[in-house]
Amino acid sequence: MSNAVSALGHASFDGFAKVREIGPIGMISLRAKADLPGLAAAIKAAVGTGVPAQRQIEIAGDKAAGWMSPDEYLLLLPYGETDAALAAIAEALRGQHHLAVTLSDARAVFRIEGAKADQVLAKLSPVDFATLGSKELRRTRAAQVAAAFWKDGDGYTLVCFRSVAAYVMGLLSHSATSGSEIS
Amino acid sequence: MSTRLSKGGRLIDRSAPQEFSFNGKTMRGLAGDTLAAALLANDQMLLGRSFKYHRPRGLVAAGPEEPNAIVGLGRDGRFEPNQRVTTTELFDGLEAASQNHWPTLEFDVGVINNTLSRFLPGGFYYKTFMWPRAAWKHVFEPIIRRSAGLGKAPTARDADRYEYTYSFCDVLILGGGIAGLQAALVAGASGARVMLLEQSAHWGGRAPVDGDVIEGKPAEVWINSAVQTLAALENVAMRLRTMGAGVYDHGYVLAEEKIADTTPGDGRPKHRLWRIRTAQIVTATGAIERPLSFAGNDIPGVMLAGSVREYVVNYAVSPGDRTVVVTNNDDAYRTAIALVQAGLAVPCIVDARASVTGDLPAKARAMGIRVETGKAIAKVKGGKRVTGVSLCVQAGEGAVLEEISCDAVAMSGGWSPVVHLWSHCGGKLIWDKTRAHFRPDASRPPTGQDGLAMVVPVGNANGAMTAAEALICGAKGGAAAAEAAGFKAEAKAAVAEAAPEADMEAVWIMPQGAGPALKAKMWLDYQNDVKVSDVQLAAREGYTSVEHTKRYTTLGMATDQGKLSNINGLAVLADALHEEIPQVGTTTFRPPYAPVTLGALAGESRGDIFQPLRKTPMHAWHEKNHAYFEPVGLWRRPYTFPRAGENHEQAVHREVLNTRTNLGLLDASTLGKIIVKGPDAGRFLDMLYTGVMSSLPVGKCRYGLMCSEQGFLSDDGVVARIDEDTWLCHTTSGGADRIHAWMEDWLQCEWWDWQVYTANVTEQLAQVAVVGPNARRVLEKLGGMDVSKETLPFMQWADGTLGGFPARVYRISFSGELSYEVAVPASMGLAFWEALHAAGAEFGAMVYGTEALHIMRAEKGFIMIGDETDGTIIPQDLNLGWAISKKKADFLGKRGQERNYLASPDRWKLAGFETLDGSVIQDGAYIPSAGKNANGQGNTQGRVTSTYFSPTLKKGIAMGLIKGGMDRLGDVVEFTTITGGVVKAKVVDPVFYDKDGEKNNV
Repeated sequence: MSNAVSALGHASFDGFAKVREIGPIGMISLRAKADLPGLAAAIKAAVGTGVPAQRQIEIAGDKAAGWMSPDEYLLLLPYGETDAALAAIAEALRGQHHLAVTLSDARAVFRIEGAKADQVLAKLSPVDFATLGSKELRRTRAAQVAAAFWKDGDGYTLVCFRSVAAYVMGLLSHSATSGSEIS
Repeated sequence: MSTRLSKGGRLIDRSAPQEFSFNGKTMRGLAGDTLAAALLANDQMLLGRSFKYHRPRGLVAAGPEEPNAIVGLGRDGRFEPNQRVTTTELFDGLEAASQNHWPTLEFDVGVINNTLSRFLPGGFYYKTFMWPRAAWKHVFEPIIRRSAGLGKAPTARDADRYEYTYSFCDVLILGGGIAGLQAALVAGASGARVMLLEQSAHWGGRAPVDGDVIEGKPAEVWINSAVQTLAALENVAMRLRTMGAGVYDHGYVLAEEKIADTTPGDGRPKHRLWRIRTAQIVTATGAIERPLSFAGNDIPGVMLAGSVREYVVNYAVSPGDRTVVVTNNDDAYRTAIALVQAGLAVPCIVDARASVTGDLPAKARAMGIRVETGKAIAKVKGGKRVTGVSLCVQAGEGAVLEEISCDAVAMSGGWSPVVHLWSHCGGKLIWDKTRAHFRPDASRPPTGQDGLAMVVPVGNANGAMTAAEALICGAKGGAAAAEAAGFKAEAKAAVAEAAPEADMEAVWIMPQGAGPALKAKMWLDYQNDVKVSDVQLAAREGYTSVEHTKRYTTLGMATDQGKLSNINGLAVLADALHEEIPQVGTTTFRPPYAPVTLGALAGESRGDIFQPLRKTPMHAWHEKNHAYFEPVGLWRRPYTFPRAGENHEQAVHREVLNTRTNLGLLDASTLGKIIVKGPDAGRFLDMLYTGVMSSLPVGKCRYGLMCSEQGFLSDDGVVARIDEDTWLCHTTSGGADRIHAWMEDWLQCEWWDWQVYTANVTEQLAQVAVVGPNARRVLEKLGGMDVSKETLPFMQWADGTLGGFPARVYRISFSGELSYEVAVPASMGLAFWEALHAAGAEFGAMVYGTEALHIMRAEKGFIMIGDETDGTIIPQDLNLGWAISKKKADFLGKRGQERNYLASPDRWKLAGFETLDGSVIQDGAYIPSAGKNANGQGNTQGRVTSTYFSPTLKKGIAMGLIKGGMDRLGDVVEFTTITGGVVKAKVVDPVFYDKDGEKNNV
């Protein structure tokens, strides 16, 4: 079997911040109501975190669970572990109405790193970085396409659709070009 | 002569000379100059020609209100037309060229219009070009287009880069003069997040030029300390060279920041567009001085008094050795005083007021400056430069009392608050009779989503015209904005020395009884050549609305948008209509406040990132293999893969024939794929599709149609039953997001209690159509799962592996051939695609594109959403009644289709067509029928929807809609051709190829 490859083969760009395409990262879209019995156990079993509160992301090592909407969660985990996680979710939510599906390959993932990483994103997304929570998963847009990001370590992790990976890489590189620092 | 003074100039650096060129002539300026100041210092007063009469024009102002001095800047990829020299900072190597003249600025042929000006009255364009109609397109418009437009559009690609930035704050202050600074100090101290923007390169505005004294010291000292205080506050952001361009709903503001104008090519963005969301906006935008309307007020050398003062104080540039000041207010005396203090001559201050008693006039008189009260300028003398003025009494008709020689005239008709940004979002104005200007009406502000005021005007922009008033107003406004944003603020203002000014006198025409000859030389709008006589003519011709008069005379419609001319123009109109000024009102203030570069509005969106192009995992392979792409939504799909020496048609035909005889491979990854799961999923899909999906057995596929509520066909695709409560719905490539949203709309808004979840997995999977007689052989060679006819018959699917790739294989066909669609994870899509090509080589594997796909489906009579449908077609029109359940109580579109118009037997229906001569019917052709309709147009009875040359059948084939549909089989009808002829075609079965489906049944 062939290896899974990310959309851009780990393209990177060095400007006043560093932009890297990473991945593929395992991702599961879990749709369930917040009060569904067994939900907490399912998320715990899949990625080892609690149920994220509204607009939050719970990170535990290389796994995480993010709140996407009142009935949707984004589970992040190593690429090869999605089948096991899906099985664990199915077990925990047996007989309960839910939908869990792997979307690892539907996405592209970027890291934007450096002291001014927020300035790269501020040029593309209508997001108030001064009020962005340290554990906030922000669903927004990057210029003309849907995107989501959160702060992690010394930078941000951004997720978008795979088909527009080259466009988003272009946006991030343009915005991170040295000399275009906002402040 | 205008020249550089030997001393002074608060903004220039005499140790840093800068070289620049104007119309190819090398000139020298100083760091800190605006281009306007540098041109004046080089005695370059003549800077352009007016639009209509090509009259010589020079500098009038010193800020964004400048109507005359607009030039082309730079060259090639950095050429910019219509740039105001007053807002252009000088830099070494700057290149400028004047506009709207031929052959040269000094000698211009178009000036002939000036002599003919009595034949070019207001409304000239409306009157002249109404008739004959054809003349507009062929005669007038081309001529006007050549002579019109002051600047030339750039022809080279913009060499610069631009970007956006999104920003948020509690209080956004537009304008960094003393009122804006004071507002920022108060709002900043409250803890609110404050953003302070100033359009120019310097803080403090006009206060230092006016000689204001704040807290007992020159204004500059207080300004510097205020800027330092603000810079130290973490919650305050400040930006120079950033102009608030527009105020929009809910505290949304656009601002343009100039970053690299003076350092072209340094790699930084040229401009940045700020998109700011704020709770409160403070407009500290200052005021603009008004010209006075006297004959010859457009001759180069006639300038605004405040601007003359600004050039002297800020740049040590004198507009002339002898400057006559003409005014209706005290403020202009500051100019006379500043000129004399700089060692220049002011032969006379001409004041229209009969009695002049204020402090400033007293000071001027004490300095020995001659003041003539109750007087006016009858006429300015000179052509390309002022040579003198003749004086008369303001109350009279212009009989000349005296002539004074001078080389500059400084005029002041009073000051108009800059109310643009207050007005953009609905703020109303009141007329201040004492100061003869419109200012913001605090009782009718622009309101936010809570119905409360979202803009607070301060300083000059609010009619607080003295430094003392402006600081108090700024403090109060800053506090009000901070409190409205939820902070506690104290409106503590710095104290400025009071400099009382006597009342001005409204003067709209000078002298007040001027006759037609003088009024025809009194310019209101310099750039568009609109005079007092033009506005009065419009009034006589019945134009009573200021908005109509504006368009009829073109007053205020030039690139300066009437910053100088509007108030004077509407005052003249009011006078002509015998109405009060507030009754006539203003024209509408619309963003942007001053022109914003298109590049900034486009931001990052150009070149490779102009718009998102969606790419499948195999896209790079397609590029490498010379695909010719076509847009499908935002996807780029290969239309065909031409080989050396082939045109597109030949390539497409090769792809079709190879697929029909050997093996074709198509990248079908763009196909929409939506998972629908839950206890109510079957019921849900039965409502969405016209057919029954709940009864589909696990492991099987069924073709389905989706309709809008009105019954019109919206999308189609194959549905697969995955397990007991899970289905996978294929949609068209362009329809995936729309159909997913359609599903969520019904689930979230209408059937919110149904237990159904959906997930759009389109991009999770790469999908390949493996098509043709050798399709099974290549899959068997890859191996890993049984794809035989017995195990995987038509319209079934199976999971397994192929060549080591995890795969879901659907036995479906859109071509009529033996066909499999194989879905693998997108991250392995390219590897799988290459494995298929490698394994398929011995079976004649060849990639094909969307055009071959279209032809093959048309040969089989399969409809295509967007070809056979256009939003007005119901499935019954396409003979798809078989896919509509008769048993179901309801589905989306059922009710709509029962309406008598859609149920009518007279509707055009699908049939196939073959021309008698084998030719291809033209795209878009109609089938005419006898007679004419109520509009006198020829009747029609049908039209073509898909038409191709079939490489398989070696003739033209088509599908189309025709009244009577398949009942017309065998009829010969005529299709139109683009050249007006017709082509005969027979109505046939739309299934042209393999009617019995034997090719697929193997």
